[in-house]
Formats: sequence, structure tokens, C-alpha cells
Amino acid sequence: MTSAAPRLQLTGITKRFPGVLANDHVDLTVLPGEIHALLGENGAGKSTLVKMIYGIMQPDEGSIRWNGLPVVVTSPKAARRLGIGMVFQHFSLFEALTVMENIALGMDAMVPARELEAKITAVMAQYGLMLDPGRVVATLSVGERQRIEIVRALLLNPELLIMDEPTSVLTPQEVEQLFVVLRQLASEGRSILYISHKLHEIKALCDTATILRGGKWVDACDPKQESSRSMAEKMIGGNLKDIQRGKVASFGAEKLVVTGLSIPGDGPFGTALKDISFRVRAGEIFGIAGVAGNGQNALLLALSGEEVAKDHAAVTVDGVKVGHMPAKARRLQGMASVPEERNGHAAVPVFTLADNAVLTARDRMGMVRMGLIDSSMARTYAGEVIEAFAVKATGPGAFAESLSGGNLQKFIMGREILQKPQVLVVSQPTWGVDAGAAAAIHQALVDLAAEGSAIVVISQDLDELLALCDTLAVINEGRLSAPMKVSEAKIEEIGLLMGGIHGEGASHAA
Amino acid sequence: MRLKLEKRQEPSLLMLVMTPILSVVLTMLIGIVVFDAIGIDGMRAVTDIFLTPILASYKWQDVAVKAAPLVIIALGLSVGNRANVWNIGAEGQYILGAICAAAVGLGTGSGGVLVILAMILAGMAGGTVWAAAPAVLKLRFRVNEILSSLMLTYVALQVLNYLVSGPWKDPNGRNFPATAPLLPDQMLPILVPGTTIHLGVLIALILPFLFWGIMSRSVFGYQIRVVGAAPNAAAHGGFEARQTIWASMLIGGAMAGLAGALEFTGILHKIDLGFPSGYGFTAIIVSFLGRLHPIGCLIAGIVLAVTSVGGQLAKTTVHIPDSTAGIFQAMMLFFILASDILVRYRVRVVRSPKAVVAGE
Amino acid sequence: MGFDVIASFMTIVGLSTPILLAGMGELITEKSGVLNLGVEGMMLLGAIGGFAAAVMTGNPWIAVMAAAAAGASGALLFGVLVLTLNSNQTATGLALTIFGTGVSSLLGLSFTGRIVAPFGPIFPASLAKDPFWQLFFGYSPIVYFALVMVPLVAWFLASTRGGLILRAVGENDHSAHSLGYSVMGVRFAAVAFGGAMAGIGGAYFSLVITPMWAEKMTAGRGWIALAVVVFAGWKAGRLLVGAYLFGALMWLELFAKAGGFNGFLPVMQVVPSQFWAAMPFLMTVIVLAIISSRKGGGGNAPACLGKPFLPSN
Repeated sequence: MTSAAPRLQLTGITKRFPGVLANDHVDLTVLPGEIHALLGENGAGKSTLVKMIYGIMQPDEGSIRWNGLPVVVTSPKAARRLGIGMVFQHFSLFEALTVMENIALGMDAMVPARELEAKITAVMAQYGLMLDPGRVVATLSVGERQRIEIVRALLLNPELLIMDEPTSVLTPQEVEQLFVVLRQLASEGRSILYISHKLHEIKALCDTATILRGGKWVDACDPKQESSRSMAEKMIGGNLKDIQRGKVASFGAEKLVVTGLSIPGDGPFGTALKDISFRVRAGEIFGIAGVAGNGQNALLLALSGEEVAKDHAAVTVDGVKVGHMPAKARRLQGMASVPEERNGHAAVPVFTLADNAVLTARDRMGMVRMGLIDSSMARTYAGEVIEAFAVKATGPGAFAESLSGGNLQKFIMGREILQKPQVLVVSQPTWGVDAGAAAAIHQALVDLAAEGSAIVVISQDLDELLALCDTLAVINEGRLSAPMKVSEAKIEEIGLLMGGIHGEGASHAA
Repeated sequence: MRLKLEKRQEPSLLMLVMTPILSVVLTMLIGIVVFDAIGIDGMRAVTDIFLTPILASYKWQDVAVKAAPLVIIALGLSVGNRANVWNIGAEGQYILGAICAAAVGLGTGSGGVLVILAMILAGMAGGTVWAAAPAVLKLRFRVNEILSSLMLTYVALQVLNYLVSGPWKDPNGRNFPATAPLLPDQMLPILVPGTTIHLGVLIALILPFLFWGIMSRSVFGYQIRVVGAAPNAAAHGGFEARQTIWASMLIGGAMAGLAGALEFTGILHKIDLGFPSGYGFTAIIVSFLGRLHPIGCLIAGIVLAVTSVGGQLAKTTVHIPDSTAGIFQAMMLFFILASDILVRYRVRVVRSPKAVVAGE
Repeated sequence: MGFDVIASFMTIVGLSTPILLAGMGELITEKSGVLNLGVEGMMLLGAIGGFAAAVMTGNPWIAVMAAAAAGASGALLFGVLVLTLNSNQTATGLALTIFGTGVSSLLGLSFTGRIVAPFGPIFPASLAKDPFWQLFFGYSPIVYFALVMVPLVAWFLASTRGGLILRAVGENDHSAHSLGYSVMGVRFAAVAFGGAMAGIGGAYFSLVITPMWAEKMTAGRGWIALAVVVFAGWKAGRLLVGAYLFGALMWLELFAKAGGFNGFLPVMQVVPSQFWAAMPFLMTVIVLAIISSRKGGGGNAPACLGKPFLPSN
């Protein structure tokens, strides 16, 4: 009897990028016929690991064994030749072309049309991935488009199929259909590597789960035996700082009220906001946690005014209905915001700091007179921001792109905070920022709250939120959970919410 | 070993200014070489095209008069180009400007300051309306403004053709398709007696500074710059795309229309089939050569006017067709487009990494 | 004056052919995602290139190939700027038009006044000159070439792998790149093809219509070809219809100018000939509005048209 060599075995895989250790001696063992989950938060190192399995990049250290034999996977083509297929999170499809044509383009070698069509139909029938080969991709739902990617991968007869966050864009029904297909593939002896952060799905589908955190291997466990709680704990990291909020939570009047905010998604892959409601009082810091891609950016745009809602009352600032108002008007009402992307959204890289100050501060800080910009006011204000926030820059005339990430972020934060807004919404305030700048930004937010502003912090960094916020909610697939007091919040519950399980009694179509 | 493009920390100011100069110089050098190759006196030809119009004072009026419309149109186009709105129909808007000015002039049959002012304003209005069409088409119907503005240029040509061959044909003009000439008090005053330098030249000298002031100091100028540099940041800053598109197209149209009206009232004094001289297209080159900057447009407009006048001069001295000037103008544009990349990227020589053999 | 149907139709064919050729070339170019506004310039390069070759070799077939090469070289210049150096496609295309116009005029200097034998019909005179059969056999080989290219291009785009890859690159260059296709290579080939076809289209003027050289002899047909591509919704079959429609409109203008409406449709006399001349362009704008505003916006325009390809790695 042949020894069941693992289909794929990664040992001590290490990968470094400038400033980041993306994978730190990670081990992974996938058996034939196994559905193996790769679990972790954003930044845990899942996609880097998988890119190395698929030959997109090479590990700095460590070894890969395929069916017992050591291999070097030099490129995706080589991976495919070995029998490794991958369905990416972001599809490589051509909207104006048909299903058949899209699949044909994904083939490594030229296959005559009739033969290809026969093969495609056979694969589709075998796995119940029904699609009309003649349909134009633009008319397909996201779930149907994913089927094209799956068929592309299956046509190679893979022994290992990697699925990267496959269900982030599917409806519950489509998720079920996908699971049926995956189980069938596994029963044929194929292995599946299933990358996800969704605990309930992993429990329902997977045989084994390898958990990564901060680039390191944390555990390999059986999801069917483990509880969601324990997996969440391992994913997030059970060792928490004691939640220290020095101040007594006595807040003022409601400054920001969001009621039933719904905005359609931007394109087929955009996350729609569904019925979001929450309130923030003066002096309160409200945190919104969640894994990336669950609507955080859409929420920021909806609050800043870059996207307007039909319902005037969907967003109110200090009692004034601003839901329909665009960004300029909202700023005049006292709503300030900082989007997550520094370069190109919050600031213009090729502009000076003074010009970047004009971008959002011109109306509130009196930089505009009769349609003209008072550049000395702009420079003065920029100078104030630079000084108050210890921004390391040569002065207001420095180009934004010449600043380090941390310094630019401090400037952007300062630009908003010194305008003394009633409400400040920030997204990923310390992403990619050095510890010193991060601490300064946190302190600035706390100080602003102490002066009576309402602050909303959208972040993927749970530690940050727990240290900073008074109240916390979790955004998942465009919906917001009920808020909870941070002082009473349980980390496991938060993790569950991030993973898509909505509290006791919640059902996710299973 | 290969060349690698590395993004610079900040756009190179040196390159920004040097590349237009380099483009002109390179073009001149290549011109000498190419002309010599086909048997024409290269040095003579290039000198006549690029230098004589600057050195020979009797040519200055020609340069000034040719530069005026180029500069004015380019100013308008630069606003749009900066914001990524592409108005290719400036030629048509220029024609409409002249037509509307002519309508007022021929219609009133009288002259004077007010009439002239009315003609000029009518010209600006005409150009603006002609540019409004592609704007509407873009905003309402999502039509690409490059194609729509271009198509409308051809329609404008036919409108001109019709008017000049039909209802507006000069009854005293020996059946030649052209409008009746303007009355002396319908013409723009001449600034320098004894020359053809008309008021329009002065306007073309002043406008760049006006535009410079507005673009660098006004909120609108800021808006244009942000939209072109980072559309998402523009949205974040509260600038709406619709408004930017409208303004860009209309300004472009207004300037082209103005140029047409000034050309009509300032120097040509009548419209005939030869009126569309391609200024609308050449102005695009001026805009790019001038790096989309108002003062740059002024300088580039003069440079291109020089080559135009020089081209005509060279026709008589070395017998090359005047469309040869177009070759040089296009070459300068090619060079500046090609060298654009040097402003934002540095060229590095990179050694190919040795093939990595990962652990067995 | 009687209305000679056959002569009129043959005139329409002659008017439409250059547009069809240049349009077909630009269609392929645009299908790959590149907008080349330099069609007029490439046509003129082809016109002088072809004419010069005809004068020097006396062989019309070589002349046509020279024309194609001339057009293609203009296109490659454009390609290097736009694809390799990522320069602005609109400005570069316009520069090519101005450049091509100027270069052709300059080179044409030594050929002004020369005459070549027109590249006329190659079918036997019994068919080619027959009052009726000339309708089918009386054309220059370039005409037949243009007509044959229509189904050929359509087949290429719809049924071959090369055509599929071309369409993919034009639809989503990033996806094509991720799948391993050379976006640059495909676009260069498409641009070169566009130039060659435009060159042949230009040569039709100097080798067939008036077998001699004159400055700017293509008279704006290059721009019409650009319009026709949009009008055709980037489909080869519709391009044929569009080219002939424009040709017919141009014929109408000649017909009206020659007083053809006198006698049988006097009311038409009120309509100025310039109206007919403007018709193609107005029609294009209207069609553009209808096509672009429909759900799915932009009709069949290749999604990447005009956008530079900047690989994110």
C-alpha cells in the first residue's frame, strides 16, 4: 500500500519584504482529498504564502514538497503543469467576451474550439457548474463569474485547487453551491486549499485549518472539533492589552446620527452598504472593526459626502440632515474625514503641503476670498499643522510625496483635527505608519474627543480600536453589528462578528 | 542588462523646463540632417524656418499676427488638457467664432467700438456654444469628447462653406466664395502703425498673464490642477467632476471663438474658404509644448508662429512646401511627448538578477 | 442629363474604398485598446510612398506594398511613443497626422507633375469595360482587396485565437497581462496593421483616383475613417455599411453640386450641398450619442480604448 504522501508540504517557508517579514518559518501540510483552510486576518501572510505555492514568487527560505518530492515552482505556468490550480479573489475576466472565450483565453495551450466546448460542457456537467458558454460575461452574476474561474482551473485537472477568499462576493445560496462543488472535488481525491477569514464557513466545509497570525504559524486544527471562539482567539491573538480608558464615559449630545444608510455597491465587486445605523455622542470615540473589503471604504465615502444618499436624514450632524449633501457642504457643517488611501485620495502626492491644506481646509479656515486662494493663509495653516503634529518636513512648501508615510499621515490628521470639526471620521488612521507617529495620532484623536468632537475610527487593527474607542461595532458585508461598549466587549465575540457570525441566535444561511 | 524606469521622488523641475527647449533644439538638428539628405541646403532651410523670423524685424508682424490666435486657443485648451478633458474641436469653435462675429458685423452694417465689442463677444459665444455640444454629449450621453468635438469641426467647416458660398457671398466679389469685407470702423485698431499688428495681438499678450493668475491663485485653477493630478482627491476635496468638465470645454470653446473673432476683425476682415488654417489643431501642439502652462503657451505659441512664418519664407528661399513647417511642429511635439517620461521617471541601467535556484 | 446608375455606383465604390481600408485598419488598432488619431497622416504617407514606388518601379503591386510599409512605419513611430514611452495617445496621434501631412508634402516635391499608369482593373476588357459587367469587374484590385478584408477581419476577430487575444487585450489589459499575454506586443502588431491598411487606403488616391500626387490629397478621409469605426460599433460588417454610407453621402454631395436634383426633385435644390457634406459627421454624432448612452455605456467600444497600460508590478 502506497504511503499517503501529503499532496503539498511546506516546511519553514520564510519570505521577507522591505520592512516586513511576511512569512516566518511557516509549515503547511495538505493531504490528498483534504479540504484545508488557511485562516488569518489581513496581513497575516496568507496571500504571500499562497503566491509562493502558485509560483508567483519564491521563498527566501524553506522547502516545498509536492506529492513527496521536492519542487521549485518557478511560475504559475509551472504550477499548473504540476497540477496546482488557483482561483483568485480578483478575477481575470473580460466583460465583453463570452464564457467560452474567457475560458479559452485562460488556457495555456491552444485547443480547437469544438474540443474545448466539449471539455467545458463535460466539466460543467460533472460538477454542476452550469453556465451557458455563449453568454457574455458582463451579464453574469458574480457567482456565475466565479464559476468561469473555477472551470478554468478544473480544465487543468488539478490535484490541488487553491481558492482565495472565494466567498467574499457570493450570496449565501451561491456559497452553498460552491461548497457542493468543492466537496465533490475532494471526494475525487483532489486537495483544496481554502483561504478565508470566515469561521462559520470553515467549520462547515473544511477538514483542517492552519491558522496564521503576523506571518507566523499559530496552529493547525480540526475546525469541526474546535469552537469558533477558540479559532477566533487564535486568529486575533488572545493576549490583549488591558483595555485602558482613563476617562469616565460621560458623553455629551449626539453629534453624529446615521440611520438606515444604504448605498448601492460600486460595480459588480463593490460592497453595498445595507441599512447602517449608529450614533456617536460628543466626546465619544466610536470604532468600526472589520476585515478589509467589507464596506469600509464605501462607508467612509458615504459619511464624507463623496457619495450621497437619497435619504436626507440618513446622516445628521449636530441635528442637521446632511445625507444628501456633497462633501463641501458637509465640511461646512463640521464633518471632517480622512480616507484610508493617503496618496491620491486624502492628499495629492505632487502637491505641496500648503496646497494639500487647501484641499480640505479652505472653507473652514478662511483660505478663500472672492474665489481666490489666499496662499499665505494656506501656508500659515500648513505650518501650524506641521508644528502642532511634529511633522518632519522641510516646511509647507514640501511636496507631499517627499514625506514618509507616518509624517504624511500626521499631516493629514492634523489638517483635519486643527479645523476643529464636530465630527471626524477616519479610516485606517495608522496603517503603514511607524509606532511614534501612530502614538501621536492616537493621542491627537483622544484629545480631540476630549474637546467635545465625535470621532469614528474605521480600522482593521483591533488592538488600536480597543485601546482608543469607547464603543465598538463590526462591519461585515456592508452591514453593521449592534454597538457594544468596549469596556464590556469580549474579544471572542468581536472576532466572531468579524468572521461573519452575528451573535447568539444569528443564522447565516447554512 | 536593460534600462529600467524608476519613478522620481518629485517631478523634475529641471526636466520640465529643459524638455521643451531640448525638443526644439533636437528638431532643428534633425532638420538640418534630413534636408541635407534630400538635397536641400539644410542649414539654410532650418535657419529660415527657426531663426530668420526672429532676426528679421520685417517678419515680426507676421509672427505676432500668427502667434495671437495660437496663444489664445492654446490657453483655453490647456485648461481642459490639465483636467484630462480633450477638446479636439478647437478648429470648429474657432470657425464658429468668426462666423458669429461676421454675423454681427454683416448684420449691423455699422461700426464703432460697441459693434466691434459685440462682434468679439458674439465670437466668444459662438465658440462656447460649439464646445457646449461635446460637453453635453459627454455628460448626458457618455460620448467621448475627442470624437464628438472632432466631428463638429467638420460640421463647422460645412457651415462656413455654405454661408460663404451662399447667403453671405459678397455680391461684389466676382462670384468668389467670400464674405463682403468689413468696413474700416468694424476692424480692430492697429497697434503699431504701418504694420498688421492689431489689437488681438495685445490681447494675446495679456491673456496668458490673466490665465496664469487665475490658474495659480483661484479656486477654479486649483480645481483643474487637482482633477488632473488626482481625481479621487478632487472628489474628496469637494470638487465635482461635472462642473470641471463643463468649465473646461466651455473655456476652450470661448477662447477658440475669441481667436476666430479676433482673426476676422483684426487681420482677415473677411471669411473665405481658406479661413480654416488649422490653428485649432496647431494650438494643441502649442498647448503641449507649453507644458499646459499659460506662460508656456505664450512662448510656445511664438515658437510655432515663428516656424509657420519661417516655413512660408523657406518656400521662397529653398523651395520647400510650407507644410514642411508642419513636420517640424510635429517633430517638436513628438520629442516633447517622448521626453515627458523623463520628467517623472529616471532612467537606470539595471543588471538582470541571476537566476535564483530555490532550495531543493 | 440622364442618371447613370452604374457610373454612380462605381463612383460610390471609389469614394468608399479608402475609407473602408483605413477604417478596417483603425478598427483592429482600436480593438486592441489603442486610439490612433494619426490615420490621415498615415494615409498620406501611404499615398506618397505608393506613388513614389510606382514611379520608380512601374509596378503597381510593389507600389501598394510600399504604401503599406509607409503607413506602417508612421504607425510604428506612433507605437513607440505611445506604447513604449507611454505618451499621451491623443496628442501623439494628432502629431502623427501633422507629421505625415508634412512629410508627404516634402517627399512629394520631387514627384509633382509625374504621372503613372492608374492601377486599374485587371479583369479582361470584355468584362471590365462592358457597360454592365464593369459594375462587378471594372474596379482596381485595391477595391477587391478592401472588400475581401471585410470578411477576413470579421473571421479573424470572431473565430481565431489571435483575434480573441486581440479583443481580450482591448477589453481588459490587466487581465490579459495576468494571464500571461504580451499586451505590448499585441498592440504593436495591431497598430502596425492599422498603419499598413491606412497606407493602402491613401495609395488608392495616388494610384487609382487620380494617378498623380498632390499635397493633402486625402482631403480628410482619414478623419472620416475614424468616425466610421465608431459608427460601425467596432464591427467589421457594419464598417462596410458605414464606409459605403459615407461614400454614398459624399456622392450625394457631388450629385447635388452637379445639379443632379434638377428636374426630378426640385425641392432638394433648396438643400445646400454642404448639408450633404456635413451629414456623415452629424450622423456620427447622433449615432455616438445613441450607442454610448445605452445601458452598458460605450456600446462596443473596447474598454481600454485610449488608456495607457501601466502594469502595476
